[in-house]
Amino acid sequence: MNVLHLVNAFFSDGAHWHGYDGIPTRLREHIQYTLIALAIAAAIGLPIGLLTGHTGRGGNALALVATAGRALPSFGLLVLMFTLLGLGLTPVMIPLVVLAVPPILVTTYEAVRSVDPSPVDAARGMGMSESRVLFQVELPVALPLILSGLRSAAIQIVSTATIAAYVSLGGLGRYIVDGLYQLNYEKVVGGATLVAVLALLTLGFFGLVARLTVSPGVRRGN
Amino acid sequence: MSGGLFDIPSDLQNSYWGLVGLHLREALVPVAVGLVVALPIAQLCVRLRWLYPPVLWVTTVLYAIPSLAFFVVLIDYTGQTETTVMIPLGVYSLVVFVPAIVDGVRSVPQETLDAATAMGLGPVRRYFQVQLPIAAPAIIAGLRIATVSSISLVSVGMLIGNQGALGNLLHDGQIYNQSRLIWLSVIGTAVLAVVADALLVLVRILVTPWMPRGGRAPRPVDEPEPLTAALEDATR
Repeated sequence: MNVLHLVNAFFSDGAHWHGYDGIPTRLREHIQYTLIALAIAAAIGLPIGLLTGHTGRGGNALALVATAGRALPSFGLLVLMFTLLGLGLTPVMIPLVVLAVPPILVTTYEAVRSVDPSPVDAARGMGMSESRVLFQVELPVALPLILSGLRSAAIQIVSTATIAAYVSLGGLGRYIVDGLYQLNYEKVVGGATLVAVLALLTLGFFGLVARLTVSPGVRRGN
Repeated sequence: MSGGLFDIPSDLQNSYWGLVGLHLREALVPVAVGLVVALPIAQLCVRLRWLYPPVLWVTTVLYAIPSLAFFVVLIDYTGQTETTVMIPLGVYSLVVFVPAIVDGVRSVPQETLDAATAMGLGPVRRYFQVQLPIAAPAIIAGLRIATVSSISLVSVGMLIGNQGALGNLLHDGQIYNQSRLIWLSVIGTAVLAVVADALLVLVRILVTPWMPRGGRAPRPVDEPEPLTAALEDATR
């Protein structure tokens, strides 16, 4: 009850809705960080995942990369990069990308690799080139799993970008970190609510994308 | 240069190795509790098929809640304590375990179950002596993910009143301008995660002696493949 009351107080305060520290500004910053990091991670993870998944090679190397990526503590890496590189977007993007590449890489690899081999063989038998086999047969079938990897990466970025406020960056984490320092619990809870809502919207967004892009035949098969 | 490599500021009220122990406790207790709670829930989902989709939906949503948001909302109930850090980690572990166990237990072939019944095993013995061991690789795959991400997430507890064990070094490293402390935190946490992961791989080899080890089997030894991807989806 108490927390709900605080959330209500935070959102009904008009001062939180505009200006440099307003919700629209912070939300825009947060989404911006998320999109940049996701784009970089996808640009690294998707091509490598598709290629290794298609050839079925390099699985062990990928597993190793994924374990290493997961073992690196993102918060620690964030602070480390901040002290090494100073203020700016780069020290924040490095941990976010390190965090997001393994899920994209591993799910894409597994998704393409675990496609039923008989339609793939049939496509080859029909004389399709390797790239057409990959993009017209394997990719559509693997799409739901690939999207789930991207979704997981996006959600992880949204939650970790929150922590970026600790190393002076903007975004929704600003409210949580500032609120904790100012002992303003209303601000803390308001920020937490915004981050949680953004994460859930990300979840919903990927659900929608999956609904629109996955072919009905593949969806029914699952 | 003065002081040893592992010397840390006294305001942390602990030695480096003390922090390592604290870090392990804050990370592993929630994973253990999560596993114990997940077993009956998963069993219920295996028994009542209709229950699994809604449970899966709830766990996906819970998993999407960022750790820092989870921590700060709990402060109101459990204060700036270790418990506040451990509750979300326990929930995240639970969320990883339920699908891992359900998929693992469901993958036990019907003939195997029939054979067990024919040999006179009751439902309880069949569960512990047949279903769980066969599901072990899947459960351990979940355990690896939960453990590694838990170890990594404990550090974030630093933000809620220095409850982050090795993560607390990050703050001190900044206020005292000592990058050595930050390196100690990052490398220490990463080493803990890698060692825990390696130990779990070893446990899997020990508890599933029937599985081929090493080499390149047609179906790689590591994990049942689609499951790995599904679990990867659950990492944060």
